[in-house]
Amino acid sequence: MSERFHDIAVTVNGEEVRERIDARLSLVDFLRATLALTGTHIGCEHGLCGACTVRLDGEVVRGCLTLAVQCDGARVDTIEGVSDSGEIADLQTAFQKRNALQCGFCTPGMLLTAQELLSRGGVPSREAIRDHISGNYCRCTGYQAIVDAIEAVAQQRAGARR
Amino acid sequence: MKIVDDNPPALTALDRPNSYIGRAVPRPNLARLTQGRAQYVSDVTLPRMAHVAFVRSSHAHARIKSIDTTTAKAMPGVIAVVTGAELSKVITPWVGVLTHLKGIKSAPQHAIAVDRACWQGEAVCAVVARSRAEAEDACEKVAVEYAPLPAVTDAETALDAATPVIHPDLGDNLTFERAHSAGDPDKGFAEADAVVETTFVFGRHTGVTNEARAIVADWNPGDQRLTVYQGTQAPHMMMNLFAKHLGLEEHQVRVVTKDVGGSFGIKVHTYADEMAAVALSKLLKRPVKFVADRFESFITDIHARDHRVKAKIGVKNDGTITAWEIDDLTGIGPYSVYPRTSGIEANQVVNLTGGPYTCPNYHARARVVFQNKNVMCQYRAVGHPIATAVTEGLVDLAAAKIGMDPLEIRRRNLIPDDAYPTSGPSGIKFEKLSHHESLAHLDAMMNYAGLRAEQARLRERGIHRGIGFAGFIEVTNPSAAFYGVGGARISSQDGATVRLDSTGAVFVHSGVTEQGQGAEAVLAQCVASAFGVPIERVRVITGDTDITPYGGGTWASRAGGIGGEAAWQAGKALRLNVLAVAGSILQAKPETLDIRKGVVVDAGTGTERLGLDELARIAYFRPDTLPAGIQAELVATRHYVPRAWPFAFTNGIQASWLEVDIKTGAVTLLKHWCVEDCGTVINPQLVDEQIRGGVVQGIGAALFEHCLYDARGQLLNGNMADYLVPMAYEMPDIEVGQVVTPTADSELGAKGAGEAGTAGAPGAVMNAINDALRPLGATPLTDMPFTPDKILRALGRLPS
Repeated sequence: MSERFHDIAVTVNGEEVRERIDARLSLVDFLRATLALTGTHIGCEHGLCGACTVRLDGEVVRGCLTLAVQCDGARVDTIEGVSDSGEIADLQTAFQKRNALQCGFCTPGMLLTAQELLSRGGVPSREAIRDHISGNYCRCTGYQAIVDAIEAVAQQRAGARR
Repeated sequence: MKIVDDNPPALTALDRPNSYIGRAVPRPNLARLTQGRAQYVSDVTLPRMAHVAFVRSSHAHARIKSIDTTTAKAMPGVIAVVTGAELSKVITPWVGVLTHLKGIKSAPQHAIAVDRACWQGEAVCAVVARSRAEAEDACEKVAVEYAPLPAVTDAETALDAATPVIHPDLGDNLTFERAHSAGDPDKGFAEADAVVETTFVFGRHTGVTNEARAIVADWNPGDQRLTVYQGTQAPHMMMNLFAKHLGLEEHQVRVVTKDVGGSFGIKVHTYADEMAAVALSKLLKRPVKFVADRFESFITDIHARDHRVKAKIGVKNDGTITAWEIDDLTGIGPYSVYPRTSGIEANQVVNLTGGPYTCPNYHARARVVFQNKNVMCQYRAVGHPIATAVTEGLVDLAAAKIGMDPLEIRRRNLIPDDAYPTSGPSGIKFEKLSHHESLAHLDAMMNYAGLRAEQARLRERGIHRGIGFAGFIEVTNPSAAFYGVGGARISSQDGATVRLDSTGAVFVHSGVTEQGQGAEAVLAQCVASAFGVPIERVRVITGDTDITPYGGGTWASRAGGIGGEAAWQAGKALRLNVLAVAGSILQAKPETLDIRKGVVVDAGTGTERLGLDELARIAYFRPDTLPAGIQAELVATRHYVPRAWPFAFTNGIQASWLEVDIKTGAVTLLKHWCVEDCGTVINPQLVDEQIRGGVVQGIGAALFEHCLYDARGQLLNGNMADYLVPMAYEMPDIEVGQVVTPTADSELGAKGAGEAGTAGAPGAVMNAINDALRPLGATPLTDMPFTPDKILRALGRLPS
């Protein structure tokens, strides 16, 4: 076969998967179409809306701007993984309690982006929260409930650390 | 910590011992959505499923001379390449007109263009392949030869004799026209001490739902049935339309709507490419999936607004408004959208302008014209943002002219709270509104006097802040007057079926749909309260035409007020059925019993008598132990439609507090307030969040969002880098207040809340910008969106 197809091995949510993929396949299409991990969404395919946010070797990336072939040997975490592990259970509970989602389409990306901010520790200001999630488009909520929920979890986690 | 605890408020007449009405109950479906376990249509995969991509016209208007599909058909993975002419043998065209919009006309629209493309982006050929990527690859190999035709793009000249007529059979480019005169506008203007006249412009924008439109159509020749998974707001409406245009009976069609990634009115219309996907499934006898990409969304999702309103107000020196006049012109693309038509928004502008005020002297004209741009149709708050900004913009300009405070002029002209029932200047009927109470609430909530003092202090330091108000009315809970009377098979009634299962839990099937606004939570609250079980014991099922009662779906802020009332009544009916059985088991009169927290109790004392699990066990498994003649009926269905009033109008008022940087023209939003009266509040948190989301959508229209076309009808910014949407950093915190005036048309008394935010926000932001700039001698800004360049021009810092 030409160089169009590549064998990759990726650790997705802790499980190693081996697939032969088309070089042009994006990470988000790999996750959704090849692995049926549909919790990661496609919004704009231009890296602007943040619906496809996933973690690649611990860093938040756009699944639509990353090629699957780039992920050979890497670790990818999606919303399914961080849900099952319980890593963001407090954020998920706060989002539910505060109704920080309506249609829910942006929510997986929003949660991973929020977790990235909160993993830095401390209690970020509302302005810092708004700044950090400004690459994640939500058409439903107007963002305030999302900011409230993230702020509440930051305070909870800071309280727990004391 | 701003998470509100779920504490029940004071009891109301609707309160039963375990009532959930008025409580911030979390939505039952949220856990799934936060875990990536939703099922949006874009997630649906079926055996043998193929994917369709479309070749779309690169011209705004062109004759299709030829389509050569030979190369495309030979591409890897391609299953079929189908032109409009070929597909028209499977699906008939449609015409978007309604009989109650007198004189409205449109031309037949095909699923795929036949002979002629009428806007840039109209599908001219379909490619079906094993994957979307392969379908797109083959689209590039379809050779379409076009003969460009003159494009009609400017609504202002669309009716000129020199302008080509887009559909020659129609005679001209006029879709619809309405004129309305009430009171004595000439006398009103003659009596005015001041007359203010201006032109408001509302740029075209669009919904940008986070999940694009998506559909999976599955024609099964074995069953002779079509199953369509579609992110739609109106499953029964779509069932009818698929059947009608594919030559099927309605019972042969099932529409399934699971999770939907945002709707806002975008997903309540008939889209040619979705109709094509369904027809292709019928043609190819296998499932076909279409998911619009973001480019396709921008050039084919309905656009909204695009109105130019010349407007005039007369006012006396004491603040009395003496007359209104508007002349609205809107361009709607080449076709009136099916089946709701593209005449409704202009019609609403005529209906709603001046609506909150007592002045009866009103003259209005609205014209709707065809043009070679993407189609335009109903989007969240249809017509309201235009009517509200025009009305409230005029009121502020009048106040400035006579030197009166903007809240004071409103106090002097708003319909008094004790004047109901009454009508607006267009003849719209109001059951009961609360303009003055809402205004007083807003005044206190925002500390208006304090804010004015702060504004003056900062002004001395060269900081220019503005306060803007927008009072509004909102059409909710529509009766058949909206669409049914015009001949559209769009249900205004809705139903709920409630079933007690064999363990004492309750299933609710409802005809309204869930798009994230929280309809399923509201339905669960209504049934849990009316029937008498803990809300955790209620499971809600929506979005499946095979199993839900026939209904209208979710649009025009109807899910809570109409779907909720049906669910409330169904819950009550099931309680009576269950108590009849309980009475027979307990040898008690049913009227002495009640159901509370899932247990049959003595109504008077609350003493527990029989668990619903035990009752259900007897009824389902040991009915032989019930007395002869007792048949347990553990299912109840009720329907509801508003009858006393054509619409349940709501009202409210918003305020915006913002700062304008006069060097850059940038606007910083500091705070936004909204007081709204949507009648009985079933779930205060969900109402607040509808308002907040709606306000931000309105802010997008006021400051950022604009579908920019060039003179040839080419969309210049059809992507999310160039088309700006509100993001978190630019948005303010929004404080929401509630005034409660229930409608007497239903027992719940709930009106809708889905569109009020979007209705009022653009006008409030506009008035705030002008309030900030007025002392600087700026020309009032009336052309949305208010981008920095327009602000600098108004200030004379850029040449106009």
